[in-house]
Amino acid sequence: MTARVFVARDAGAISVGADEVAAELVASGRRRGLDIDIMRTGSRGLYWAEPMIEVATAAGRVAYGPVAAKDIDGLLDAGLLDGKDHSLSLGPTEEIPWLKRQTRLTFARCGVVDPLSLSDYRAHGGGKGLERALSLGTEATLAEVEASGLRGRGGAGFPTGRKWRTVAEARAAQKYIACNADEGDSGTFADRMIMEGDPFVLIEGMAIAGFAVGADKGYVYLRSEYPHAAATFESALAEARKGGLLGDSIAGSGVTFDIELRIGAGSYVCGEETAMLESLEGKRGQVRARPPLPAHKGLFGQPTVVNNVVSLASTPFVLAEGGSAFADVGFGRSRGTIPIQIAGNVRYGGLFETGFGISLGEIVDEIGGGTRSGRPVRAVQVGGPLGAYIPRSLFDTPYDFEAFTAIDGLIGHGGIVVFDDTVDMRQQARFALEFCALESCGKCTPCRIGSTRGVELVDRLAGGADAAETVAILEDLCQTLKYGSLCALGGFTPYPVMSAVRYFPEDFGMERQPAAAGQ
Amino acid sequence: MAVGVLDFDAERARDIVAAHRHLQGPLLPILRALQDAFGYVDERAEPIIADLLNLTRAEVHGVVSFYHDFRRKPAGRHRIQLCRAEACQSAGGETLAARAEAALGIASGETTADGKATLDAVYCLGLCAVAPAAMIDGRPVGRLDAERLDAILKEARE
Repeated sequence: MTARVFVARDAGAISVGADEVAAELVASGRRRGLDIDIMRTGSRGLYWAEPMIEVATAAGRVAYGPVAAKDIDGLLDAGLLDGKDHSLSLGPTEEIPWLKRQTRLTFARCGVVDPLSLSDYRAHGGGKGLERALSLGTEATLAEVEASGLRGRGGAGFPTGRKWRTVAEARAAQKYIACNADEGDSGTFADRMIMEGDPFVLIEGMAIAGFAVGADKGYVYLRSEYPHAAATFESALAEARKGGLLGDSIAGSGVTFDIELRIGAGSYVCGEETAMLESLEGKRGQVRARPPLPAHKGLFGQPTVVNNVVSLASTPFVLAEGGSAFADVGFGRSRGTIPIQIAGNVRYGGLFETGFGISLGEIVDEIGGGTRSGRPVRAVQVGGPLGAYIPRSLFDTPYDFEAFTAIDGLIGHGGIVVFDDTVDMRQQARFALEFCALESCGKCTPCRIGSTRGVELVDRLAGGADAAETVAILEDLCQTLKYGSLCALGGFTPYPVMSAVRYFPEDFGMERQPAAAGQ
Repeated sequence: MAVGVLDFDAERARDIVAAHRHLQGPLLPILRALQDAFGYVDERAEPIIADLLNLTRAEVHGVVSFYHDFRRKPAGRHRIQLCRAEACQSAGGETLAARAEAALGIASGETTADGKATLDAVYCLGLCAVAPAAMIDGRPVGRLDAERLDAILKEARE
């Protein structure tokens, strides 16, 4: 009998040895005369357990991890193919607490299916959202997305339904769907996981968007740092065209939609939507002043939906199950689920999809299990390079757009980076400003010049300048950046800088104020 | 993924530009294709692009120089990209970067004198849950430590 084994082919799994594990399984199986069929899937997102092996048993899939190639013989001896116990056993995959506690709506198939098999995709519920949208018509499709309460998962949190309606109502011969896959925030990998693990869900989501707003062409702008995602997605596009998910008559409806993959060129600011549009047009990635909004004048001057990968990949569920099924999960005005990416110096790092409202402390301490170094958690940066450094005293903050805005932070694209007590917060503040200087598009003065002046101020502090006086200048500079910049790069760089100063003043040579107690 | 596979050839550059001209917004795909073919974007390609796309040379140069990816001269035979962003910083990435610079005797962004290795800083490879991370000739490496880094550097210098 053929034994079916699953090993991830995702860049995160490969980076820690998944290819070697799969090769050893083949070699060892052959030596033993075993018939092993290995399916390479995306990652489940349990990166702490990668490379993870799953075996299909009568009682469902059973997982082992993290597995090294040298463990394979011992695992086979112990009865791996029958799901028997071993020191690397994680038990039935769906029962692993780290996975079981999640609400997997958008990432339901990720790590489960063969990412390039359209039949596997359909067998696991894929394609139903587009079918339902096509049968509902454009107006009811827009209404479902509005009812879901889905807000942009790229960081800005703008209501997706409202954006789609604006483009739908715009009158133009040509409209576009531009998918932002320029996932540049450190600590984030949700877009990469979807594009490598379940690319058809993104294609389906873009097709739904195209149908809803009347666009027949989509672009995916993917960063060059993700060559594996590029290869998988390009293959998925070819399969989707063959299988009728893209082309002249998508899902047999007579509606035309196709997608072109474009690769970025190493610029962080091109993740800003208007800079991305400029880059797609073949120009320098310089931010555009708004208005006009991209929904009115976007790519090549035409009405354009610009959405993040996760936003678009969430819409097949919304259409298949109904907007209210999505909106039933969540907290306050943040509806649905969010794939939280737990990263950095953390024991259990990976992707955790859950409803909004979970507290930061639960994410870091309970799910993340504290630091990998075993030292105390001192700070976590929430929301990428433009997000605030949060001290332990604010760990009761609920994970929600408004709650993080209220503490001068942001949830951004859902990344959380954990730091232990060896971190030097002055150095982190300097890096935030240095990164802003490196990646500034140069169009507006506060960002272009202010970032460099900020680095100099932090260096002056390091050189022994008067702390209170220098920090006051730094605060003033940050106000200018925050209110005077054209986009989020200059506008939000003050978040990591000022949070570092506010919650960790001792690292800047200042005394801790009782009101700003960090720990 | 060895780069620097061809000497600059104006005829070939012109063919590459012409082959992508039909795309909407063709400049980035053209520059990427030129870099894939020659290992870098030669300055001599700029007037060719400008001519075929009906742009000024300044416009083309402005785009080439804006993006970190486009090299103005060939890279080394092996390309070592070390992630320097926050998630990797939190897991000891900066110490590893300093170790790599010392071992190769170059700073980030430079190529060794013998042309064997280029060391580049990269800001996020999306491997943040297995930090610190690197990419070696296109191959991702997670949970990087000093021992693995030394092996990678040794291989690159051979």
